[in-house]
Amino acid sequence: MKIIVAIKQVPERDAQIRIDAAGKWIEESGLQYALNESDAYALEEALQLKEKHGGEVVVLTAGPERVGPTIREALAKGADRAIHIDCADLGSRDALGVARLLAAAVKPENPDLILTGLQSDDLGQGQTGVILAELLGLPHSSLILHVDKTDSGLTVKRELEEGWFQSIELPTPAVLTIQSGGNKLRYATLMGIKRAKTKEVRTVSAAELASDATPVAVLERVALPQKQKSTQMIPGNPKEAAAALVEKLKFEARVL
Amino acid sequence: MSGIWVVIEERDGHVSRASWEAVAAGQKLATLSGLAVNAVVLGAQTESLAAEVAAKALGKVVRIEHPLLAAYTADGFTLALQQFFAAEKSDYVLFPHTYQVRDYAPKLATRLGQALIGDVTAISDGPLFTRQLMQGRLNGSYRHSGNGPCFVSVQAGAFRADEAQPGTAAVSVFSPTIEPAQIRTRPSERFRGAAQTVDLGSAQLIVGVGRGIKDAANIPLAQELATALGAELGASRPICDNGWLAMERQIGSSGQTIAPKLYLALGISGAIQHLVGIKGSQCVVAVNKDPGAPIFEAADYGIVGDLMEVVPALTEAVKAARQ
Repeated sequence: MKIIVAIKQVPERDAQIRIDAAGKWIEESGLQYALNESDAYALEEALQLKEKHGGEVVVLTAGPERVGPTIREALAKGADRAIHIDCADLGSRDALGVARLLAAAVKPENPDLILTGLQSDDLGQGQTGVILAELLGLPHSSLILHVDKTDSGLTVKRELEEGWFQSIELPTPAVLTIQSGGNKLRYATLMGIKRAKTKEVRTVSAAELASDATPVAVLERVALPQKQKSTQMIPGNPKEAAAALVEKLKFEARVL
Repeated sequence: MSGIWVVIEERDGHVSRASWEAVAAGQKLATLSGLAVNAVVLGAQTESLAAEVAAKALGKVVRIEHPLLAAYTADGFTLALQQFFAAEKSDYVLFPHTYQVRDYAPKLATRLGQALIGDVTAISDGPLFTRQLMQGRLNGSYRHSGNGPCFVSVQAGAFRADEAQPGTAAVSVFSPTIEPAQIRTRPSERFRGAAQTVDLGSAQLIVGVGRGIKDAANIPLAQELATALGAELGASRPICDNGWLAMERQIGSSGQTIAPKLYLALGISGAIQHLVGIKGSQCVVAVNKDPGAPIFEAADYGIVGDLMEVVPALTEAVKAARQ
């Protein structure tokens, strides 16, 4: 089975966020980046499918030069090769624009399966995989926790709301968006990290893929959220703060 | 005729709460734009669902009916709505932001050359649509550009279901053309995971654990606080994903919805998937080392600090107060 995993590099979870001077996006200088969490689960699912059924795992990502270490991380975990769509204006494209880039790069590869994370930790749109399927004319299913290969295609376990699940049968080639938690993530081994250095990373420029970059959904500005509630921040060292909080919960909020 | 269309979702034979919220969002957009609000219901048999919707202040209610729409599939719903919106010009199409909508609305928008503005929390003049970015640390305002309908999905709880105004709407039927071969996925009936033995939904005191706890070895710290309080222990998704606590203790959109008197969120950053699950809490306390964590936006009381120090201090303070 030939599997393409679309991954994204996103700001680290704990990164301190500052709005840029134009108020259009965040200040990127000095930010630390990491592999998007649900994409890590998509990669894990792909590696396990390859271990069971053989084949090839190709990682695909779009972004500027800084995505290099994230690609190497995926290769170190066991992906066979990578395609990097060199794109400096990823942030100004909408989900459709980004999926168009990915679709143009996927098409000549003719994979059996395309996996991607459920949603990105930065924009959180959760649309890329679904749009990619539509652009490629393939069936898809989203929020997938488990993938079984069958004679005629795939049987997948899909998460529904409030603790319900559903299984879905679909033919291949197909696109699945992977929910976190279905597998245990692996770490890269020292050997894997060494091997990653010799694996193929093919770079294609966004311009070469000649896809339409004009957004339909335009991000006009970003702002810090306004508080929904007036939060009482309790100062002091841990002991003082804890005592003051318990006092307030008992006599002010009356919930203890 | 153009206007605003709301796509209604069914839950247990009735209009889902999230759909009423989407209707309320549509009515808000109507006051900003001067357009009429209409609704569609989809399924194999939609008469009673349509009747429920038609009791609201809407222009028209359309039943999009076909035997192949009995069970939800992305292919079936996309085809049906694509055909409907080809025949019926629309300016805005609104959805509740449910797992089902996330599965097909981006596909439908793509087919019509559009992009969905998803998980919207507010609509303002322009119109501008606000949605959260960076796990709730930022708000982004989006504008729809270009020709064709603007697709928007509305976050659960962002609009009030009871603000959907009553009225009387005319009901009509639209019959899409769908061939069995066009539906490529075969869904099963839904099923439950492992038996639920923890009922967080009715617990009065809950301690929730998030990533800030750092390691499975630190879970007992939170457990000790829960025990001192007589509280149930819950968790955000990553803790259950890692197997540090059982999946049935997960709080949020994919886990349990809670409504306790007191919810203590320990090291939980406050991603929206978690916040929607705790909205019914009477009093929320957040402890987090990051003063910018969005959980503080939703908290009544906050302590900025290291869990390893604050949680044991809280346990002691609770024990002292209970003596």
